[in-house]
Amino acid sequence: MAGAEVTEVAVVGGGPAGLSAALAARQAGAKVIVVDENAAPGGQLRKQIHKFFGSKEHHAGRRGFRIAEELVAACREQGVELWTDTLAYGIFDHTLGIVRGGTASTLAARSIVLATGASENALAFPGCTLPGVMGAGAAQTFINLHRVLPGRRALIVGAGNVGLIITYQLLQAGAEVLGVVEAAPRIGGYAVHAAKIRRAGVPIYTRHTVLNAAGHGELEEVTIAALDENGWPIAGSERTFAIDLLCLAVGLTPLTELAWQAGCLFEYCGPLGGHVPLHSEDMETTVPGLFVAGDMAGVEEASTALEEGRLAGLAAAAYAGYRSPNLEEEKAAARERLQALRSGPFGEGRYLAHEEIVRRWLKWRDAR
Amino acid sequence: MEGRPVAVIECPEEIPCNPCETACPQGAIQIGNPITRRPRLDAARCTGCGLCVAACPGLAIFLVKEEADTAEVTFPYEFLPLPQVGDVVTAVGREGQPLGAARVVAVRQVRTSDGTWLVTLAVPRALSSEVRGMRRL
Amino acid sequence: MRVEEHPILGPLPKTETVWIEVDGKKIPARAGEPIAAALLAAGIRVFRTTHRRGEPRGPFCAVGRCTDCVMTVDGVPNVRTCVTPVREGMKIETQRGLGRWPELK
Repeated sequence: MAGAEVTEVAVVGGGPAGLSAALAARQAGAKVIVVDENAAPGGQLRKQIHKFFGSKEHHAGRRGFRIAEELVAACREQGVELWTDTLAYGIFDHTLGIVRGGTASTLAARSIVLATGASENALAFPGCTLPGVMGAGAAQTFINLHRVLPGRRALIVGAGNVGLIITYQLLQAGAEVLGVVEAAPRIGGYAVHAAKIRRAGVPIYTRHTVLNAAGHGELEEVTIAALDENGWPIAGSERTFAIDLLCLAVGLTPLTELAWQAGCLFEYCGPLGGHVPLHSEDMETTVPGLFVAGDMAGVEEASTALEEGRLAGLAAAAYAGYRSPNLEEEKAAARERLQALRSGPFGEGRYLAHEEIVRRWLKWRDAR
Repeated sequence: MEGRPVAVIECPEEIPCNPCETACPQGAIQIGNPITRRPRLDAARCTGCGLCVAACPGLAIFLVKEEADTAEVTFPYEFLPLPQVGDVVTAVGREGQPLGAARVVAVRQVRTSDGTWLVTLAVPRALSSEVRGMRRL
Repeated sequence: MRVEEHPILGPLPKTETVWIEVDGKKIPARAGEPIAAALLAAGIRVFRTTHRRGEPRGPFCAVGRCTDCVMTVDGVPNVRTCVTPVREGMKIETQRGLGRWPELK
């Protein structure tokens, strides 16, 4: 084991939440190290080539990968240390167990922000393990980040925003998309995202499901069927597509292993993607000095992750002894921006879910 | 609005988004507070500059210019290969359905583009509220 | 199946080519990219077969979580090819089952 390292604020995960937290903590005066297991920082922002929703303060109208470039540049300029190729495998009080460039060591910090993101959900059906069946985000990583088409003819499962956006981006990368299959009676994502792919000639099959995938050694065809009002496939409605790529966009689950290991209290929260650590308005967990932000604190969007990261970074710096001179104003502004993103019919569920998580945290604190 | 292009906003849901409002140099698009309000266009102030068309993350804004018998429809386009001015392409509707051949009269980018092209097709006036794109080349 | 031209990202940036060996066959890769990307670009889709039933598997998550894309790399089994960058001369093998560690000396 190499020598132990010490910092003031450690951030696990260099995506939108982690980089935003790092920048906020650094600007408050703390020495900050970000650890990320990837070869380059930026997280999933790097593969997001569409323009962001929100307002100017949320980087609206800018493409995700450009926001990543700017955040990374700002972190470097401000003196945040970005440790790539560094895996955080464990947390022991305020010390992270890490493997950096293949060598095990530790990183101790006064406060730690976990911003580890989320992983894509799978879906079980006969043939679902065939090569060529993959997460929609995986396909997005290959086409936009690595510039490889994982298939030429695709079908997408799930008409939420992720499924709709990846359909569009597969078309942009030169693939053919034969349709989007959605079990619900309605499209879950934004109508404007659905309209984009409809104009491009991609049909959306609502109330449909995948019956099976088949192929000799790898994906060659997929059969879908319409569903009746009880969710059962309607006999005779089967339709088979010859494809070599099936993308699953059926939700994400927070990546919370480190928070579990640290002993954080959790709550199951469907609208946020699964078990999420209880946290305060400042994103502090039930473990003092341990903060969370982004999808691991409840699956949302990159734009909300940026704001949660800011809150967590400010609070983590304050915990480490660096109180930003305008702490309360900055926190209030970040909360206001978060609330704007969580308003309206699409955001309200997530707003209420986060409120509930904070209420549970307060209850825990008051019972102590 | 005969004779000049005017924005047509097809943004049917209350989503938190306002780049169209920010992009418009004329203040012709209003969303205000909260940002989930749907955009309202003051057509009299719209100059048809197209900044909102390229800025809209939902690609939900179009420009329509109507003459006596003909019309021009401008839409955001983010595919390759790009059409060239003078090309005859297949105009499509909101469902991607073909609506006939149409001539490309303009292909341009604006300050808010960052990769988004604005393609303008000449179409029969009767189709000005139907044509919303073109078949990919 | 490289995305050579892209409407938003532009033409594929030039990078150095490194050569890797997959089951004895040399294939080109872009310097710095993960092994999985190079294999998919070369049309290789089966990365391993399962322990009990010998079923084929390929990349699923592409972010280092699911381990469906693990292969034997330079004699070391269970390497996550979606997050492991290529290196000149790397020897990659389709992994059968749990793979086999090199003999300890």
